[in-house]
Amino acid sequence: MHKIFIRSFVSSLVLLFTLTVAAIAKDVKAAFVYIGPTGDHGWTYQHDVGRKAVEAAGFKTTYVEGVPESADAERVLRQLANSGHDIIFTTSFGYMNPTNKVAKEFPNVKFEHATGYKREHANVSTYAARFYEGRTILGTIAGTMTKSNVIGYVASFPIPEVIRGINSFTLAAQKVNPNIKTKIVWAFTWYDPGKEAEAAKALIDQGADVIAQHTDSTAIVQMAEKAGVYAFGQASDMDKFAPKAVLTSVENNWGPYYVDRVKAVANGTWNQKDTWHGIGDGMVVISDLDSQMPADLRSKVKKLQADLASGKVHSFTGPIYDQKGNLMVAEGKTADDGMLAGMMTYVKGVEGDIPK
Amino acid sequence: MIKIVKRDQPSRAIFFFTPVLAIFLTLVAGGLIFFILGFKPFEALKFFFIVPIADKYGFSELLLKATPLCLIAIGLSFCFKSNNWNIGAEGQLTFGAIVSGGVALLFYEQEGFYILPIVILAGAIGGMLYASIPAILKTYFNTNEILVSLMLVYVSKLILDYLVVGPWSNPEGFNFPETRQFSDSAKLPLLFEGLRIHAGIFLALAAVVISWFVFYKTYLGFQMKVSGFSLKTAKYAGYKGKKMIILVFLISGACAGLAGVGEITGPIGQLHREISPDYGFTAIIVAFLGRLHPVGIIFASLVVAITYLGAETAQIFMQIPKYTGQVFQGMILFFLLASDYLLFFKIKFIGLKK
Repeated sequence: MHKIFIRSFVSSLVLLFTLTVAAIAKDVKAAFVYIGPTGDHGWTYQHDVGRKAVEAAGFKTTYVEGVPESADAERVLRQLANSGHDIIFTTSFGYMNPTNKVAKEFPNVKFEHATGYKREHANVSTYAARFYEGRTILGTIAGTMTKSNVIGYVASFPIPEVIRGINSFTLAAQKVNPNIKTKIVWAFTWYDPGKEAEAAKALIDQGADVIAQHTDSTAIVQMAEKAGVYAFGQASDMDKFAPKAVLTSVENNWGPYYVDRVKAVANGTWNQKDTWHGIGDGMVVISDLDSQMPADLRSKVKKLQADLASGKVHSFTGPIYDQKGNLMVAEGKTADDGMLAGMMTYVKGVEGDIPK
Repeated sequence: MIKIVKRDQPSRAIFFFTPVLAIFLTLVAGGLIFFILGFKPFEALKFFFIVPIADKYGFSELLLKATPLCLIAIGLSFCFKSNNWNIGAEGQLTFGAIVSGGVALLFYEQEGFYILPIVILAGAIGGMLYASIPAILKTYFNTNEILVSLMLVYVSKLILDYLVVGPWSNPEGFNFPETRQFSDSAKLPLLFEGLRIHAGIFLALAAVVISWFVFYKTYLGFQMKVSGFSLKTAKYAGYKGKKMIILVFLISGACAGLAGVGEITGPIGQLHREISPDYGFTAIIVAFLGRLHPVGIIFASLVVAITYLGAETAQIFMQIPKYTGQVFQGMILFFLLASDYLLFFKIKFIGLKK
């Protein structure tokens, strides 16, 4: 009798343990809130690729696409937090305040906000990628491939993220070709194929023979393909949309981070963090280099990529001057993260003014 | 045999019946679409139309969503009744929000009971100013108000972009495109603890009552109605057409401006680029679905509001693409316009003689 009791006790303990482990491993549910449609082939598309990686790792996921940054965001977040999701990724800057507001009401749910800076509660983390490292690569390619020495750049909004990209791109292009000029057109949108195509056309008409973009649609590379100039894919590998024009793309690779964070919730090791990963951590990925690029440029880019990853090369290494010739970063120094986070001045060689 | 006969007079019963018919047809067609997409139609419709408002929170969100739609649609009904096609309520909303947000930012870090009324008034004035542009151009330069009011929507959004990116952006906000958060004195009070429904709903209800009174109890309402039926008759009767055009645009602009105030001083609490998910355009559907009648508009705003909430719920629980919400809004308008055919024609079943 006694033995039977112990045996059943032990076996029920074992059963309980396996059930708990199984429950922890399987029951974590992740939710993703997207600003655009999953088929944009840019920003949202890549976040959804990341979500699929979480699914592949054995977790359940939910997503809501096309959530405006208006009063609606808060309701969607609350509904997700209320319906059994343990971790919620909010993938646009405009969700910052709603994310923090809802996080306060649901202390047991983890919130991960992309590209923001507010972490008002212990259950809110922020994450972003050092896209500017990728733009150092693009600048190097653009500076080498241009014949007109005019490089076009379609920008979205005058915020530090975008200014930083323009600067990093221009600095790298100048390094290989001191005569280049970067012309900017502000599209004032993240995703509007019509406007983006118009912006690209305006730049091509002004003599640009390489077009870079900091907006999300494939309209720009397609316009470049039509006009016979070079371009770079944004967020995802856009080669298939414009095989002749696209030299390479900078891909946003969120999957590893997402899987990591969801696993951390499952293991109970999730903690508040501010993540800013670049090429080295694999959050920024450079697509295949097009064979139109000379072989020596390709090997140069490969080396640069490795050096950026290892930290041997920094995108913002002095001396760096602003448009008026004032020293921004002294010789031998590199810009720190604080300076990068608030960067709102153009470096020398960028044409025009930042819209104010 | 079926025969289609023109009615001598548009049927009044049909006039109020077709919106119901349109909603019914939308549900049937929606169910069919869900079925084709491979979802269980009844389950999908349940998640679309019942689950989102099944609890107190959901219902409060429905009212929150319906408030701006109702307010704008009431304003638009003044225009539409009198043959003025104001398509730019979204712009009037945006400009109202800009003016009222600017005032709210002036009072940043100040407290006082007098702040909120000024902020609200500023929004109404902003909306009126913006609506006066198409109105004045129409009355004095004979421009087409549809084009002018629509184009001004994009202008207003660019002004908002400029302000939140530049001069009004939060100095502590790392140059992100948003303003400071408004102080509590500049925000509409919440009606219940833990819910987002705010005092703005009273503005909408007041608009409903006032519009009913104006439409059915005043000379102005009568003039609007006559102008709506026939501009020539109105002219012959000696109505001052220009004055009325400007007045209905001002009323409409004020309502849209107030809807903007409700969003930014209610759930949002600041100005940023996206203050309205196109309420100004969706309210056009609401106005027609409600037959330009104040009570009809209340019901219509609730029906259209639920398509927004339902689309979110359906995606969260059933992975139905969220954009089906817009498909539903489109279908409602389509079926409404299509069933209006019955207003002017009747279908007669004539038995075949054997």
